[in-house]
Amino acid sequence: MRIGVVRFPGSCDHRDTIAAASAVGEAVELWHADRDLRGADAVIIPGGFSYGDYLRAGAIARFAPVMEAVGELAAAGGPVLGICNGFQVLCEAGLLPGALLPNISLRFRCVDVRLEVSNPRSPFLAAVPAGAALRIPAKHSIGRYYAPAGMLRELEERGQVILRYAPGESFNGSVERIAAVSNAAGNVMGMMPHPEHAVRERDGSADGRLIFASLRSAVAATGAGAAAGSGSAR
Amino acid sequence: MSAGGAPALSPEEGLARALALGLSEQEYELLCERHGRPPNLLELAMYSLMWSEHCGYKHSKLLLRTLPSAGPAVVVGPGENAGALDIGGGLVCSLKVESHNHPSAVEPFQGAATGVGGILRDIVALGTRPAAVLDSLRFGLPTSARSRYLLDGAVRGIAHYGNCVGVATVGGELYFEAPYERNCLVNVMAIGLARREELLSSAARGPGNTLLLFGARTGRDGIGGASVLASTTLADEEHAQRPTVQVGDPFAGNKLIDCALALRDAQLLIALQDLGAAGLTSACSEMAAKGGVGLDIDVARVPLREAGMEPFEIMVSESQERMVAVVAPERVGQALAICERYEVEAAAIGSVTDSGCLRIFDSELLLGTLPVRALVDECPLYELRPQPPARPAPAASLATGTEQRCGADPPAQLRSALLALLASPNIASRAPLFEQYDCLVGGRTIRRPAEADAALLALPDGGALALSIDGNGRRVAADPYRGTLEVLLECAANLACVGAEPIGATDNLNFGDPERGEVAWQLCESVRALGDGCRALGVPIVSGNVSLYNESAQGPIHPTPVVGMLGRLERPCAGARIGFAGAGAALALLGPFAPSLRSSELARLRGEEQEGLPELDLAAVVAAQRALRAALAQGRLQSAHDISDGGLAVALAECVLASGLGARIDLRRVLEHLARIGAAECKEGARGLSAAETALFGEGPGGFLVSGEEASLTELAAGAPLMIIGGVGGEALVIEGIGGPGEEGALALEISALRAAYASLAELFT
Repeated sequence: MRIGVVRFPGSCDHRDTIAAASAVGEAVELWHADRDLRGADAVIIPGGFSYGDYLRAGAIARFAPVMEAVGELAAAGGPVLGICNGFQVLCEAGLLPGALLPNISLRFRCVDVRLEVSNPRSPFLAAVPAGAALRIPAKHSIGRYYAPAGMLRELEERGQVILRYAPGESFNGSVERIAAVSNAAGNVMGMMPHPEHAVRERDGSADGRLIFASLRSAVAATGAGAAAGSGSAR
Repeated sequence: MSAGGAPALSPEEGLARALALGLSEQEYELLCERHGRPPNLLELAMYSLMWSEHCGYKHSKLLLRTLPSAGPAVVVGPGENAGALDIGGGLVCSLKVESHNHPSAVEPFQGAATGVGGILRDIVALGTRPAAVLDSLRFGLPTSARSRYLLDGAVRGIAHYGNCVGVATVGGELYFEAPYERNCLVNVMAIGLARREELLSSAARGPGNTLLLFGARTGRDGIGGASVLASTTLADEEHAQRPTVQVGDPFAGNKLIDCALALRDAQLLIALQDLGAAGLTSACSEMAAKGGVGLDIDVARVPLREAGMEPFEIMVSESQERMVAVVAPERVGQALAICERYEVEAAAIGSVTDSGCLRIFDSELLLGTLPVRALVDECPLYELRPQPPARPAPAASLATGTEQRCGADPPAQLRSALLALLASPNIASRAPLFEQYDCLVGGRTIRRPAEADAALLALPDGGALALSIDGNGRRVAADPYRGTLEVLLECAANLACVGAEPIGATDNLNFGDPERGEVAWQLCESVRALGDGCRALGVPIVSGNVSLYNESAQGPIHPTPVVGMLGRLERPCAGARIGFAGAGAALALLGPFAPSLRSSELARLRGEEQEGLPELDLAAVVAAQRALRAALAQGRLQSAHDISDGGLAVALAECVLASGLGARIDLRRVLEHLARIGAAECKEGARGLSAAETALFGEGPGGFLVSGEEASLTELAAGAPLMIIGGVGGEALVIEGIGGPGEEGALALEISALRAAYASLAELFT
């Protein structure tokens, strides 16, 4: 399995994401200006401050050439995971519903959060044991998930809410404590917490490994589509 | 010799301009002599910066030469953009601390943000990739609206730049004291990593080579920052100085770092230098001086933010996120292509010459010719004229009047003192600050802030680096020599608590006006202690910064030497944490701890004047640190915490809070230990305070709280004085034996009560 990790100007967590993804497959860097997924079966858009968060977080990165190819992979059913700034980029690109607003405190915060699984059938959680809660760090200033009431109802009904902050842990003020959502097809997910920073004992939690391990099942579930997506991107 | 197109200045005009730019009349006369003729306006502007305190270290250079800077691990010593140490496995670690005090006092957000950006470029200029940032902050008391504004702005600025540029902020320290009210301190330390062969120098070499400027465009921001802002005392009208403060762009900084390191990887860089204070003037002077060459610079080729900038403005602008490199002419195209890939603007602005001069051109027109020797090497150096005060100056202190000193209930008094200390802004949890910083990016963080006394970063070979930054200005004010020794010992103690042996240090000397006898004395005493302490610890100082004239109309700041220390360890130790590992462990007091309430945090809370510092036994403290390191490395300890501000009881409360596990100690055991090692003040009950107060809240170097199996702790006693004083467990912090031998007096504090007191800083960030 080949996992492409997109790098925009201003990306910060791409190196750590490549390191974490390397544990489950061959991880390669995808350059923002290249309309080429280098044969990736799955794509991760990592955290950071693409284009300095100028205009609006993710608003400029969505126009990068690489995002056309990411959109094609997503349309073909290939797994696309956005982490933090990657979540913001996917919302701006219209690949995920809703938007991320400034934290209710209007401050950046870097803390561990406990996460509840909301939709255990998501391919991005395939490796998470039933009933398990996850402990993964979050670090952002623009992470308050928002969707209007009607959209929110649809998301809940269709199982697109994938992870929630445990009660009392939604420091950013997200609606319904939402930490991760997917698209309707389930093959694109955005999450604010950073699984790449919870992969070793020294990180205080290794729960993030479960998210990366799940990518393998996510690719298997949509293997044909992913191959078509990456092929057409070349 | 003609200066070409630039107008000459009449002698009167030249002197008037020189004085306005911060030079003295004698300096102007010396300058004319060294320059060979009166300088024109452009040349004068450039000299005034290079001969400023900030760039020329006029009052500190002679003193700094006394500091030890050599050692087996030193790869790059003082003089480059940062120092560097060999950390094994073919890797080097660069380190440096730098101040951005006056810009932060004038505009805290941008001042602190550009402080982070500036130190990171120093690290990059050495060819090392930034790995971590720590910061050292000083503000006036948080009861003042201005202090809260400066604190909030500086913390937001550090978060804004550090988080966005993508470098982890892994540690730091903070004090609130009245003398910093109008002159806050923002010191930022950074480290970087590289393979040894990747290191770069700033020495320009090879006449005919090209000078490549890359990064942000040059604008009118920060003009005169080094001479006007950094080298004089703050006026009350600091808003008038706001245009001298630079503006930071961490996105541009992020791209610049990646671009510079890509140029390094392509082996295109003959020399690399960052543009900081005094912009192109300082960068080019330093590069030329180090390489023993000259440089021709064409201001017409410098990419500008706005049209119509004067040549002197281009040469002195402190616009951020710029670097300058020397590249072989045939490889300039390749370098420009890399810059383009990283979306970083670049321009060839000049070339290396063998003239020994900086020559400034505007296209064909020669505007100025400055001998590099006159600019850099002939800057006048001044001997300090230290004047010891009749007795150490009593520092400003805060009278809270909340203490009940004459009550009949010792446990209740100790309880209220402990809660007051935990809630003191100088001791309370720093989580409301550090949670605003990304401490994880880079994936090296083994201990997050407040998990251990020092930051711990993983290395590829399975080893780790430990980092600490410290400096208690109030105690240095009480005794500059002993106080500075304590700063060094505190750094080394923090490293010892994670099992790391110090291998190098960087220092930032924040002082008042050195032309005043008492400040000069503080500076001399402090540097003398730095030298003595570093020699005792076997630690070279490989880089540093001096920030003088930290004064306002209200007077000078506390003398504040800040030390950042780097340690290396083979394997991260499990016991390298403040919090207890589990109930049932024994708890011991380790080391030649001789607590005193003199100049302590409790004395400050009670509004008592500072009266010097207790004596300290340097060799015994160093030996205890060595014993602690060995015990941690051998896996014999479950936790270790240095006893610092607020004394033993505060340290114990911090262990409890970090783990959520209670603890019980017997004060009689503590007193027995102190009596055994000859800590006289506990028996005397200094100035009427009880022995219990001195033992529990007295401060001084050399004490540690360690937990582990009782047998393991007892073995440790072979290397340093040790006493088992209690054990881990329960839901509360309990101190027994307060009433004296045989009595029942005990104090018990629920963890929730400790936590509530310790959270007092949160309200400053709502």
